[in-house]
Amino acid sequence: MPSLKDLKNRIASVKATQKITKAMKMVAAAKLRRAQEAAEAARPYSQRMAAVLANIAEAVGADDSAPRLMTGTGRDDTHLLVVCTAERGLCGGFNSQIARFARDHVRKLLAQGKTVKIICVGKKGFDILRREFASLIIDRVDLREIKKIGFENADRIGHKVIELFEKGEFDVCTLFYSEFKSVISQVPTAQQLIPASAGTVAAEADSASAIYEYEPDAAAILTDLIPRNISVQIFRALLENVAGEMGAKMSAMDNATRNAGEMINKLTLNYNRQRQAQITKELIEIISGAEAL
Amino acid sequence: MADSFNFELVSPERLLLSAQVTEVVIPATEGEMTVMANHAPTMTTVKPGVVTVRTADGKTDRFAVFGGFADILPTGCTLLAESAVHVDELDRTVLENRIDEARAELEGAIDEKKTRIEQFIAELTTLGEIVIPA
Repeated sequence: MPSLKDLKNRIASVKATQKITKAMKMVAAAKLRRAQEAAEAARPYSQRMAAVLANIAEAVGADDSAPRLMTGTGRDDTHLLVVCTAERGLCGGFNSQIARFARDHVRKLLAQGKTVKIICVGKKGFDILRREFASLIIDRVDLREIKKIGFENADRIGHKVIELFEKGEFDVCTLFYSEFKSVISQVPTAQQLIPASAGTVAAEADSASAIYEYEPDAAAILTDLIPRNISVQIFRALLENVAGEMGAKMSAMDNATRNAGEMINKLTLNYNRQRQAQITKELIEIISGAEAL
Repeated sequence: MADSFNFELVSPERLLLSAQVTEVVIPATEGEMTVMANHAPTMTTVKPGVVTVRTADGKTDRFAVFGGFADILPTGCTLLAESAVHVDELDRTVLENRIDEARAELEGAIDEKKTRIEQFIAELTTLGEIVIPA
C-alpha cells in the first residue's frame, strides 16, 4: 500500500505529464491547421498538372517517342519503394502504419523473387524498416531540419529518383505515404510513380477535346513535364503526410491527456480515502486512550 | 476595350493569382508571347523571366517565374510555374542563391546538360537585371 506521501507525489507527476500532453495537443492542432492550408494551396497545381498531362499524353499517344519515364522499361524485376514517414514519434500508430504497409509490400515482392530497393524519407520509417531490411535501404532523406516543407525538398527527392531510373537501377517506382482522410483517420497508400500508371492519366482525359498547338513540340513538353510531375506527386505526398502526422499526434495527445485525467481522479480518490482512514485511526487512538484513564 | 479572360498563375505551393485580365506576356522558351482573349489553344514551356499581367481594370502586375509551362485556351490561360513570386517580393539574395545553386550543379555536368544549365544561369541573370535596378 503506497503511503500518503507517495500518492501525493504521483498525483503531482501525472498532473505535470498531463500539462505536457495538453500543450503538445494544442501545438499539433495549430500545426495541423497550417499543414491543411498548405495541402489545400498545393491542390490546384497538381490538379492542373494532371489535366495537362492527360492532354499531352493523349496527343503523343502510344507513340514510341513517349519518354521512358512514362512507358517504363518494359520489365518489373527491380522495384524501388519510396517510403515517406514522419520525423518524430508521439503520434500514435501513424509511422508504424505506413511502415507495416510498406513491409507487407516488400515481403510480397521478395516472395515473388523481385529485387527491392528502398529510399526512406523521414527518420521514423528508417528506424522501423532498418530492423528487417537494412540491406535493401539504398538511401534516406532527412527532413528534420526543415520547418516547412517546400517544393525544393520534394524536387530533390524527385531528381534522385529520376537519376536512379536513368542509370537503370530499377524498373518500377512506388511511393508510400499516408493519405489524410480526416483528423482521426489516415490511410497508408501506395502510389505508382514510374511508369506513370495509365489509370490516373486516363481518368482525367475526357476533358481533353481542344486541339492544341505545341511549342516546341508535344514530345519535348512531355519530357519536360513528366519529371516535374513526379516531383509534384512527391510534394503532395509529403504535404499529406505532414497533415496526417499532425492529425495523428493531435488525437494521440488528446487520448493521453484524457488518460492522465482519469488517472488523477483515481489517485485522488485513493489519496482521500487513505487520509480519512488515517484520521479515523488517530481518533480511535485518542478515544481509546481517554477511556483508559 | 479588349475582351478579358481568366488568367491563373499557380506554383506548387500556392495559387498566386486568379483574375480577369486583358493581356498577359509570357516568357515562352521560343520567345516572349502575348496572350489575349480568344487565343488559339497552345501549350508551351516557360523559361525564367517576367510575366506581365494587365488586369481587366487596367492595372499592370509583374511576376518573376522560374520555369514552368503555360496552358492556353480561348477562354483562359493557366501558367504552372515551378516557382513564382511577385516582383516586389523578389530580392537579390533569393536570385543569387538560385544562381549559386545552378552553378554548383554546373560542376560535373556534361554536354547537353551543361549547356542547358548555362542557359538557365544566363536567363536568371537577365531576369535579375530586368527586375532589380542595380
